[in-house]
Amino acid sequence: MLTDLYVFGDSALHRMHPGVKILVLISVCTLLFIFEGWTSLGLGAALVALCFALSGVRARHLVAALRPAFWILIAIFLVQVYLTNIHFASFIVARFAVLILAATVVTATTRTSEMVDGILAGLRFAPSWVPKNQIALGVSLCLRFIPLLLSVFNDVRQAQSARGLDRNLTALLVPFVLRTLKSADEVSEAIYARSFD
Amino acid sequence: MSDEPRTFLETRDVVFIALFAAILAALATFPPITLPLIGVPITAQTLGVMLAGGVIGAVRGGLSIVLFLLLVAIGLPLLAGGRGGFGVFLGPTGGFLIGWIVAAFAIGYMTERLWHRLSFLIAFGICIIGGVVLLYAIGVPWIAFTAKIPLSTALTGSLSFLPGDIIKALIAAAVIMTVKRSYPIIQPKTAR
Repeated sequence: MLTDLYVFGDSALHRMHPGVKILVLISVCTLLFIFEGWTSLGLGAALVALCFALSGVRARHLVAALRPAFWILIAIFLVQVYLTNIHFASFIVARFAVLILAATVVTATTRTSEMVDGILAGLRFAPSWVPKNQIALGVSLCLRFIPLLLSVFNDVRQAQSARGLDRNLTALLVPFVLRTLKSADEVSEAIYARSFD
Repeated sequence: MSDEPRTFLETRDVVFIALFAAILAALATFPPITLPLIGVPITAQTLGVMLAGGVIGAVRGGLSIVLFLLLVAIGLPLLAGGRGGFGVFLGPTGGFLIGWIVAAFAIGYMTERLWHRLSFLIAFGICIIGGVVLLYAIGVPWIAFTAKIPLSTALTGSLSFLPGDIIKALIAAAVIMTVKRSYPIIQPKTAR
């Protein structure tokens, strides 16, 4: 399951520094809320379309990005049509679509590892009270824990399924949480033993 | 290894924070259960938010949600249904994601305060206050603001999630009580 949303490519956008991309994304999205109207939205949409053309991301990635939000957007559209008019309803939904697609460009052109490196590089400039090593440890441990937890969960599910309890969420979660808490304690003992701090 | 000043987090705390961020991610792979009458899918992830607060406490629980959301923001598809990336925070339900941090912290804080008197009912009440009341108080105005619909309409729409949230609070309370009895992690804030 740990495949990220990255789309392979070697465009100018792929090579841009992740921090720059995030800053541009945040400012574009903020501007879209400050200057409400079809003009600013059109400019934003044109910018996103340009980025998509540059990045070489395929149309199916666009569809995949919008699909999870599809039903919520339909619901919002219907409520807005009921409350105001079709014109305003389409504006609101179009703005959401532009915001989500703008974020998709950033996610699709930036590897997760680049993002992590970017975060850690950004931390160098953070004030000294920020626990940099601990943030780095937390991020890398979490990425390592995810596959471990999935295998623990499968073990527990098979065990409970043998008892006919695999539909019982409490019977699955209690052993799962207890087992993983114990392994977390073992991991921290191992880190102490190697004098990490 | 580090020349940093001592911080308020021990290595063990960081491991627990990473663990619960990972548990939240693992819960995304639970198939959503759809209630027969209402038709709204219930995902297990808010259950993870309640557990984070109730099992590892306020500060660690809240930080584990921060870490999880950071991983989501950098593009890992860790939300239920394989969603991820910056876009989810800008979508209509982004307020609920930010609200998770507050909810986990609040649940952890109340659990620490009431640790010695914690019973199934109290744990259930804590999960409802933090994981439902507080969470909706942040998420619903966010929907109303970003989608430009009245607060009451956004609230009515969100209420269809309530039955599922109550079930999740019941399960979370059971797990929190079992962990308290068998493998307590929280250091109680009351009566040293």
